[in-house]
Amino acid sequence: MTDSVFIAFQTNDDTRAIVEAITHDNAAATVARFPAMVKVDAPGRLVVRRESIEERIGRDFDLRELHLNLISLSGNIEESEDEFVLHWGN
Amino acid sequence: MNMPISGKPPKKLSLKENYALLTRGLGWETSYESMDKVFPQCDFEGIKIHDWDKWEDPFRLTMDAYWKYQGEKERKLYAIVDAFQQNNGQFNVSDARYINTLKLFLTGVSPLEYGAHRGFAMAGRNFKGAGASIAAQMQAIDELRHAQTQAHTISHYNKFFHGMHDPIHMFDRVWYLSVPKSYFEDAMTAGPFEFVTAISFSFEYVLTNLLFMPFMSGAAFNGDMATVTFGFSAQSDESRHMTLGLEVVKFILEQDPANLPIVQRWLDKWFWRGYRLLALVAMMMDYMLPKRVMSWSEAWGMYFEQNGGALFNDLARYGVRMPKYHDVAAKEKDRLSHETWGIFYNYTHAAGFHTWVPEEGEMKWLSEKYPATFDKHYRPRFEYWRDQQKKGERFYNKTLPMLCQTCQIPMGFTEPDDPTKICYRESHYRDNKFHFCSDGCKDIFDFEPEKYVQSWLPVHQVYQGNCFRPGTDPTAPGFDPLLEVLKYYNFNVGKDGGEYLDSEDKKHWEQWTGKPGVSI
Ligand SMILES: [Fe+2]
Ligand SMILES: [Fe+2]
Repeated sequence: MTDSVFIAFQTNDDTRAIVEAITHDNAAATVARFPAMVKVDAPGRLVVRRESIEERIGRDFDLRELHLNLISLSGNIEESEDEFVLHWGN
Repeated sequence: MNMPISGKPPKKLSLKENYALLTRGLGWETSYESMDKVFPQCDFEGIKIHDWDKWEDPFRLTMDAYWKYQGEKERKLYAIVDAFQQNNGQFNVSDARYINTLKLFLTGVSPLEYGAHRGFAMAGRNFKGAGASIAAQMQAIDELRHAQTQAHTISHYNKFFHGMHDPIHMFDRVWYLSVPKSYFEDAMTAGPFEFVTAISFSFEYVLTNLLFMPFMSGAAFNGDMATVTFGFSAQSDESRHMTLGLEVVKFILEQDPANLPIVQRWLDKWFWRGYRLLALVAMMMDYMLPKRVMSWSEAWGMYFEQNGGALFNDLARYGVRMPKYHDVAAKEKDRLSHETWGIFYNYTHAAGFHTWVPEEGEMKWLSEKYPATFDKHYRPRFEYWRDQQKKGERFYNKTLPMLCQTCQIPMGFTEPDDPTKICYRESHYRDNKFHFCSDGCKDIFDFEPEKYVQSWLPVHQVYQGNCFRPGTDPTAPGFDPLLEVLKYYNFNVGKDGGEYLDSEDKKHWEQWTGKPGVSI
């Protein structure tokens, strides 16, 4: 079994588009909803793509805006202007 | 300005280049004092760093972005706090029992935020590498923000409910608050590498999800929009802090193979210290939230065993193994909250918050969530206490408990393999006997006895007469030592603590809201 990475956000209008983008780009991702919080788990690797968010949110998006609504995450991080990746292993 | 007069404007820097200029570009090698003298704390822990440039920055958040996003978080938070106050949100929570989690939070957790502010300011100063130093300094600012926003948010509740009037004074004195206090001061009095391993990695990465995710989600579920907002606002910084913790540990391990045994010992120690501290959270989740989101046992399974397990699997390539005694924590997960709530039920007259026997519907939930233990070990005790209470004999334990020398929790936890037998461990050091709640706490003492013999144990201090206000005369006729200790704590005696059903908080809640004091 591959270990999961996860990312969790506050539930709000911005993160609705973000979570949609993530589930679109990560076929194996599963979404769990809690009061005021949404948690996305994915086996081994999870990618957040700027373009996918922009398509859904209808404006330019700087991936660092993720910080505003981020609750927690796990995994090693790779970050660029276009992608924010969580993964286990090298 | 040095804008070129003609030709193309300079190319915009990439995130990576930008961050490298901030972190590497602002650091320099000292010349008229040696680097070792300028950073005297970098070596004594035995950690060997050969090349600080190998430091990988987690989250490349440059200063302009940092202030922009932090400012935005603050505006969001305070808008919600305003709306909450204007809407009398304090009366929209599930019931007034819930408020007791805020009392514990404000007195037991918020002072740790301030401690973290101080600790990371020191760590930032003491790291030789600019990348690590900047990350620690940003965190120091974040932590100050957390302490402030929590005080601001909860101050509104202080206008209506007891127990929230003097958190810092209490933190430095009250018996159960010495648990978080000693935990954090243990970390702050270590060197910079142990401090960040303890706080950023073991606490923030491995354990705080248990505090902030299910508990804050629970606050929302109980109608407390103010608390969930400061909680999640703090947690949005936490992701950055957690990543710093993981980065620090990987960096140390990659720098020199000799670092591994030191780091592993820290991971063992700080897992156990942090886990013991979370006993308070376990009880908040299972007993103090009138509307429950998930049980402690479920949260432990999800956030430690599953997510934490994945983390340690990943670190196995550096030779790191799971923290020692994680198996004991697994054995305790169906007992921890019940045993801890039992301790506070006993001593609530000497606490700054109320306790109560769970209602029948709540016991049903506990039976479902803890099928192996609740009906067998804990329900009978609650039913007995409930009967006593109905007879007007609510039980208060008038004898002070023995405390664990390391975690400072009353010795009420049971043997890993026998939930009916209290666990006692002891060590001898310099002609004295020291007592521990567990093998984990004993190991920590045995490795650094000179540190832990100095523990300020509240019960010892009370018996030594050190917990009275100046001018108190213990020989005066009618002297009541317990009352005097509570005054020293600056408790509002008889109002801050004791049985919830008899409390003024409950009475006020019913008068002001017209709703029952127990919603279940
Ligand atoms: Fe914090
Ligand atoms: Fe202990």
